[in-house]
Amino acid sequence: MAVTRFLTRASIAERVNDFNRHLRVHGVRAGIPETQSSLEALQLVDAGNPNEVRLALKAIFASDVESFSRFDELFAAFWFNAGKQRHDRTPTQNHSDQKNNLINLSQKSSEPSADGSGSIDTPDNDNDGETESSGDGKLIATQVTNRNTADMRKFILSEDEARAAETARRIANAIRYRRSRRRKAACKGEGLDMRRIMRKSVATGGEPLRLLRRRRPNRPVHLVSILDVSGSMQLYARIFLSFVKGLIGNDQRTDAFLFHTSLMCVSDALRDNDTLRAVNRLSIMARGFGGGTKIGASLRTFNNQYASRTVGRKTVIIIMSDGYDTGDAQGVGEALARLKRRGCKIIWLNPLLGWKNYAPVAASMAAALPYVDCFAPCNTLSSLAAIEGELQRL
Amino acid sequence: MNWQNLQTKLAGEGYIASSELAMALHIALGLERPILLEGNAGVGKTEIAKTLADIHDTELIRLQCYEGLDASAAIYEWNYQRQLLSIRAMAERTGEREGDSSKAIDDIETRIFSADYLMERPLLRAIQQEKPPVLLIDEIDRADEEFEAYLLEILSDFQVTIPEMGTITATSKPIVLLTSNGTRDLSDALRRRCIYNFVPYPDRTTELAILRARCPAVEPALAAQIVSFVQSLRKEDLEKKPGIAETLDWAAALGGLGVNDIAVDPIALKSSLVCLLKTEADQAAIPSEVAQRLAGKAG
Repeated sequence: MAVTRFLTRASIAERVNDFNRHLRVHGVRAGIPETQSSLEALQLVDAGNPNEVRLALKAIFASDVESFSRFDELFAAFWFNAGKQRHDRTPTQNHSDQKNNLINLSQKSSEPSADGSGSIDTPDNDNDGETESSGDGKLIATQVTNRNTADMRKFILSEDEARAAETARRIANAIRYRRSRRRKAACKGEGLDMRRIMRKSVATGGEPLRLLRRRRPNRPVHLVSILDVSGSMQLYARIFLSFVKGLIGNDQRTDAFLFHTSLMCVSDALRDNDTLRAVNRLSIMARGFGGGTKIGASLRTFNNQYASRTVGRKTVIIIMSDGYDTGDAQGVGEALARLKRRGCKIIWLNPLLGWKNYAPVAASMAAALPYVDCFAPCNTLSSLAAIEGELQRL
Repeated sequence: MNWQNLQTKLAGEGYIASSELAMALHIALGLERPILLEGNAGVGKTEIAKTLADIHDTELIRLQCYEGLDASAAIYEWNYQRQLLSIRAMAERTGEREGDSSKAIDDIETRIFSADYLMERPLLRAIQQEKPPVLLIDEIDRADEEFEAYLLEILSDFQVTIPEMGTITATSKPIVLLTSNGTRDLSDALRRRCIYNFVPYPDRTTELAILRARCPAVEPALAAQIVSFVQSLRKEDLEKKPGIAETLDWAAALGGLGVNDIAVDPIALKSSLVCLLKTEADQAAIPSEVAQRLAGKAG
């Protein structure tokens, strides 16, 4: 492999720093401490030996399974990019260059070796079945992004709002607390708190007069709701938005996201006490509201940008979507699997589930089901209210 | 000591480490940082700690994590019974002497909250050793997030704060190993403080080397068969894939049964598979015929 030709005046520290940036661009979490420790680590190995340097940097920079398995590729792309890096460029410009190299690399590796002329994605049989099914336009996810600004007032101000908010409040209460396993000091409880008893008994000459207790407290659950506002969900959007507003309004430990072709965080907008202003803010955010759906991509964005901050073991994620998707179904499964690994509970509310004879056959829905803890209908307000008991069980 | 040296030393103790793992350990030791090992069950994550302790000829302190593990079980706890007795004894004595009672109470307090009355749990014990021990925090993913937060202070500063006594700093920095089976993601804060290594299932040559090192009594031909069989078994769709620990168990079991060729005796093969397949579904997934086919290929 040809070694990258760096600026001759660039020191090792600068190169490692650039490498760090290269990793960050490709989604590996790396910061200044990592640069520092990698420079220290390089002193422990033979820095002239590429293999040793690779192993050493891998130990420092990889921090999970994913980055561990991708590291070798990223390393090769930066340090062995066949001398493609030009001397007269600044490091920042180089990143796009390297990115392209990496893309080329992955394309090359994914290309079939000899027979490029195999059959492509189009099925062999005539697809008259598809033309039949596309008659029901309402349910098919649309590919185009709706560029118009949707007026959210149409969706949110109605007599149902109060009912939806009330339901939301009850559901939020049902899943609010989860029993913790660690004990905490309390007035009443099943176990004695020896530490505090000792402390108090010093004053009474070693006589433990006051028995203090501890128990397992209920700890609050963090609620995250992710609402699908694409075209196919337009019918239900009004109720769901009120519902989400009800969830959000209850306390600070909740977050709300909307998605269609992309994902956005609307917690702050929904928390606005001034309803009209909240609606206006939402309208500005919801450009493209009622357009196509990309569930997989949206969930991936959620994983990358918000999950590390908002999702932990005590999180319940409520996804409201019909599962009709224009993206790839596999992406939905993968994103949910990653989310699930954080130890959260996932509830999927599907309005279509309330319909007679509905089966979750949409590819994305089917891919998602293995990771969902509770799959429930929500086409009417009463069905929303009915899932309360189910949620309490979780 | 460079990393190849470490690898050879590990091999000398019967642990065959990949170059990635050896390098990660080398750097973790050099920078005095904890090392986080992730990987499937039974790939030798815990074993590495024992081997390291052997190499450095030091004590291995192990903390097994579980949900609900808290500071009093992991770091320290006061010895309440002794404290109670001591207070009573001292109170009676001061009662006889009719001394200044407020001073007596102060005395009692400083005494019962001294190191004599402190029960060390693994983490506190690990930082108070003369010679740096190996501290193994096993299956950290089973403990909850609050416990991870406790660990942060210990792992980055090697110190423990006890409200009644103050901060205890480490007399020697232990070699810290954390293992995780990946049942949940660990916090980024914890990951950042650690050197990371993913321990995969070993490839054929490595596994053979491990088997040779651990069970020298097994005939070379049988060892090759065993490894090939297990390697192809891992490619089957199983709930719980057999790890190295299972391979070694199986080799020992076959030795005990007096089997020299797994392709010859289907009954012994089927009955000894309990060492490799640990769930009912997996046992059903590998019926006798499939086992024989795999054994035939392995032979």
